[in-house]
Amino acid sequence: MIRVASALLLRDLRHLLGTGGRGGPMLPLLFFLAVAMLFPFAVGPDPQVLARTGGGVVWIAALLAAILPLDRLVAPDLELGTFDQLALRGVSEELAAAVRLLAHWLSFAPLLLAAILPASALLGLDGETLPLLLLGLLAGTPGLAAIGLIIAALTASLRGGAALSGLLLVPLAVPILIFGAGSLARGDTTGIALAGAISLALVALAPFAAGAAIRSAREH
Amino acid sequence: MQASLAATDLACRRGERILFRRLSLSVGPREVIHVTGANGIGKSSLLRILGGLLRPFAGEVTRIGAVGLIDERPALDPDLPLGQALGFWRALDAAPGADVPAHLEELLDVPVRYLSTGQKKRAALARLSAQRASIWLLDEPLNGLDRGGVGLVAEMVDGHRRSGGLCVLASHQPFPLERMRVLDLAEFAA
Repeated sequence: MIRVASALLLRDLRHLLGTGGRGGPMLPLLFFLAVAMLFPFAVGPDPQVLARTGGGVVWIAALLAAILPLDRLVAPDLELGTFDQLALRGVSEELAAAVRLLAHWLSFAPLLLAAILPASALLGLDGETLPLLLLGLLAGTPGLAAIGLIIAALTASLRGGAALSGLLLVPLAVPILIFGAGSLARGDTTGIALAGAISLALVALAPFAAGAAIRSAREH
Repeated sequence: MQASLAATDLACRRGERILFRRLSLSVGPREVIHVTGANGIGKSSLLRILGGLLRPFAGEVTRIGAVGLIDERPALDPDLPLGQALGFWRALDAAPGADVPAHLEELLDVPVRYLSTGQKKRAALARLSAQRASIWLLDEPLNGLDRGGVGLVAEMVDGHRRSGGLCVLASHQPFPLERMRVLDLAEFAA
């Protein structure tokens, strides 16, 4: 089981981090930084406005960056028959989905958290906001990854599923956003704890939901 | 433990249509069954049902032994070099030392997406033999292969049979192997 899971994780990470001509992990990162860079141009360089709204912008940018890899999270493996070959070897869809969830989070969240430092400089965030932002994203991104995986699995066998998945993720991410980004306005960590709780519940649910979706897609 | 595969009273429905029904079969070790029939009659569905990937509309399947499947999808990452793509399955099958067939050796550094249909099929066949499954389900194994490749598949199936395995293969073209049972799906069409 450990051997299988580590082989799967290695492959998934290689798949999600690998460049392969599709931009790889740098694409969400650059996208994230581009949003952080554009925002001051759009609302004007007033430091007070930027400092007050900048944290929320970082959250929105993180949310959108998490959507970018969704189309290659489940659909390619369904098309290639990878899940069928795994099932024949006794690897459950749930295990494959749990490993994929971890790989998905690893492929965007750590880079994103690192990119917050330059982003906070671009937005002029102060020293109090930054730890709250980092902590909040650390609590919230696993939930975003879990929602992303569930949606990617549900829409994998649909035509135009990629466009649909982005659209579906946004409303489902609202609770995490409210509590995670809301903590910035309150200036304490109670909201972050709630965002973390939502994340944990989603992470626990995601392998089963995604596994069931993959199994049902096979019957088509 | 001897490999075996048995199905009783299978029926398969795709959409609103029953493809076949009242199909029973039993395959023991050292047996090869050739499933024949026109396109769309349900050969692939039968193989997927036998492998447990598709739920039958009626009936049940019992399997003793691991299942290896070859179908039209290679299940090899298009962006990885062939060696790494095969390496993943070898790690999973706990067969890291399995020999790569000589005809694939020079392709190991080539990304899978640059391989031809026949080369991908050969790679999938190499994965199948490294898997050491005792039940082989081959869905159109000859598609895309040249004459040498066809001979190779026949040889593989023969070797698998001699070592005690069993094989169900679906092919609309003749399969160059002696002593096969033939199952014509048209007899079970609804």
